[in-house]
Amino acid sequence: MGILDKEFSDSNIIITNFDNLMNWARLSSLWQLGFGLACCAIEMMATSASHYDFDRFGVIPRNTPRQADIIIISGTVTLKMALRIKRLYEQIADPKYIISMGSCSNCGGPYWEHGYHVLKGVDRVIPVDVYVPGCPPRPEALLEGLLKLQEKIRNESSVKKTA
Amino acid sequence: MKSSKEIFEILKAEFGDKILELKEDIPVDPYIIVTPDSTEKIARFLHDSSDLQFDSLMVLSGVDDNNPVKTKDEEGTESLSGGTLSVYYHLYSIPLNHKIVIRAVTEKENPMVQSVESVWKTADWHEREAFDMVGIRFENHPDLTRILLPYDWDESSFPLRKDYKNPEFYQGMKIPY
Amino acid sequence: MSIKTEHMVLNMGPQHPSTHGVLRLELELNGELIVNVKPHIGYLHRCFEKHAEAMTYPQIIPYTDRIDYLASIYNNFGYAVTVEKLMGIQVPERVEYIRVIFGELQRIASHLVAIGTYGLDIGAFTPFLYCFRDREKILSLFEMTCGARLLYNYIWVGGLSHDIHPEFVRLTREFLNYFRPQVEELNQLLSYNKIFIERTANIGILPAETAINFGMTGPNLRGSGVKFDLRRNDPYSIYDRFDFDIPVGDGRMGTVGDCWDRYFVRVLEIEQSIRIIEQALDQIPEGDVSSAIPKRIKPPVGSVYGRVENPRGELGYFLISDGGLNPFRLKVRGPSFVSLSVMGELCKGHLIADVIAILGSIDIVLGEVDR
Repeated sequence: MGILDKEFSDSNIIITNFDNLMNWARLSSLWQLGFGLACCAIEMMATSASHYDFDRFGVIPRNTPRQADIIIISGTVTLKMALRIKRLYEQIADPKYIISMGSCSNCGGPYWEHGYHVLKGVDRVIPVDVYVPGCPPRPEALLEGLLKLQEKIRNESSVKKTA
Repeated sequence: MKSSKEIFEILKAEFGDKILELKEDIPVDPYIIVTPDSTEKIARFLHDSSDLQFDSLMVLSGVDDNNPVKTKDEEGTESLSGGTLSVYYHLYSIPLNHKIVIRAVTEKENPMVQSVESVWKTADWHEREAFDMVGIRFENHPDLTRILLPYDWDESSFPLRKDYKNPEFYQGMKIPY
Repeated sequence: MSIKTEHMVLNMGPQHPSTHGVLRLELELNGELIVNVKPHIGYLHRCFEKHAEAMTYPQIIPYTDRIDYLASIYNNFGYAVTVEKLMGIQVPERVEYIRVIFGELQRIASHLVAIGTYGLDIGAFTPFLYCFRDREKILSLFEMTCGARLLYNYIWVGGLSHDIHPEFVRLTREFLNYFRPQVEELNQLLSYNKIFIERTANIGILPAETAINFGMTGPNLRGSGVKFDLRRNDPYSIYDRFDFDIPVGDGRMGTVGDCWDRYFVRVLEIEQSIRIIEQALDQIPEGDVSSAIPKRIKPPVGSVYGRVENPRGELGYFLISDGGLNPFRLKVRGPSFVSLSVMGELCKGHLIADVIAILGSIDIVLGEVDR
């Protein structure tokens, strides 16, 4: 269901509840932090370029965390980078969402065993909302991940906390 | 264009006992072993000499040779110590189109090799990397600090040494899977 | 009265809008002029060399993909060439041709990203979309053959993982016919754009001598006017059979070795790659692609340095084998690692905005800088 509960056709009045309106506004303009890490960043760029067109979901890259709503962690998180990612995350205003893109940021990926300088999953430093598997995930998989995130936002409530 | 045999002869005539041997019997690339305390002079000569003109350093790699000496103490427990670290210099001459590999071997206990940064600027970062990964210290290098690992990484831990153990934690983050 | 002034230190990165990955630049400024630049790298250090020591030879190939993720095929290629050199394997003719075709397609794809993001860095958004549109077409050719878009694991030691798709040759020809006019379009969009020239000509001049001393290779070296290309000067695979030119920077818009020259060498290289692919498509023989793949890869004791001309320059692998199933030491000489070290030299005396123009023009991939 969309945001409309009731519409009065002869005037510009619609009736909806607060959560629906807020969630609708949030999920359809998820501005992402323009931030690429590794191989997956190239697929993320391909997703936002001409063929896959991330813009149609309202995802526009912003250059500063203060204007962003989501971060797509696109690639291997190293120990050196993890502290910076945490700081970037803290700079984003609430509500904020994280998509972990690719095996590396999900769990360390191919570097899980001998990677002395690789963090085995970005969820060790920041909370993650959606995990997108793949090495690297295809742009379609990233789009699917975004749709999952939108679904999650759609069911949020400002009164009762959901998981 | 000169073969590695000819280059070895030229170096031997110029530097004498600083040039140790030419290793030719193993595939594929032959290399010349030199002493680590004179690499800068040798490098300068290789770069400037009109017969050789090695104007480009392709790669400089630090290697742990993994040849520790086994010692037994009085109680019979075996321990490994010593061994060597090497630095390989792969040189190429663009005008003369010939190549050579130079290898400097140093002790693992106190690994010290002269820097060739003043001859080839390429060596700057490569030497920092060799220091970072294998722990070879380069004499006269202008800024010998860690390059790939964080600056506050454990000072005596060099990941590409063969006896390296993965650390458990870094700044409160768990490293093992 | 003299005013007491001091230099200001400005930090750029590791998260920054210029799309070249996680790199931190420490800029020392005098007003808006750059006094010194100190790059801090290692934010993507994924321990490739440690992995290589723990893996068997075929297992390393997928890791080589991830070194330079914009030119994965070429990383496979370089690794395969190095191990084959140590083991003395002769690969079948068909394999060589397919390797060259894929390598050159990869070079076009990689240069398209370099050109597109360079425009993006400097403020031109449209070329980025055009470049990625054409790059998608190349990726679908790859996908058709080996099933992956970005990281292929395609070139194996002694052969290939699959033979090409029966339609591949026809579709590649179709693509080349479509793509050739697009280069001209790209030139009109970006290369000869007045604003673009103003931003890049006479900026970040790299004299040939400095370039060689710093170990620059590939388009960065050729941009400085040095006619040096490993495909011609130290041929590997079958590159000595093809007829192609080596474009060099000529200072057409400013001085030899400026940002525009380095950029334009890449555009010209795309045209040369098209020529090589066309010749290779004409000559490609029938045959088997997996007959020379060894059952067990166990090179003899020894060491070898193999190098290939990656889209970014000389990609070298220094391999020491102790006769075992995994390498004793595998050191990668990444062209970007070397190119990035010249940043400090190039940026001196320029404005802050030029740092982005210079960084884009040397076309680095952080995966390969940090490995």
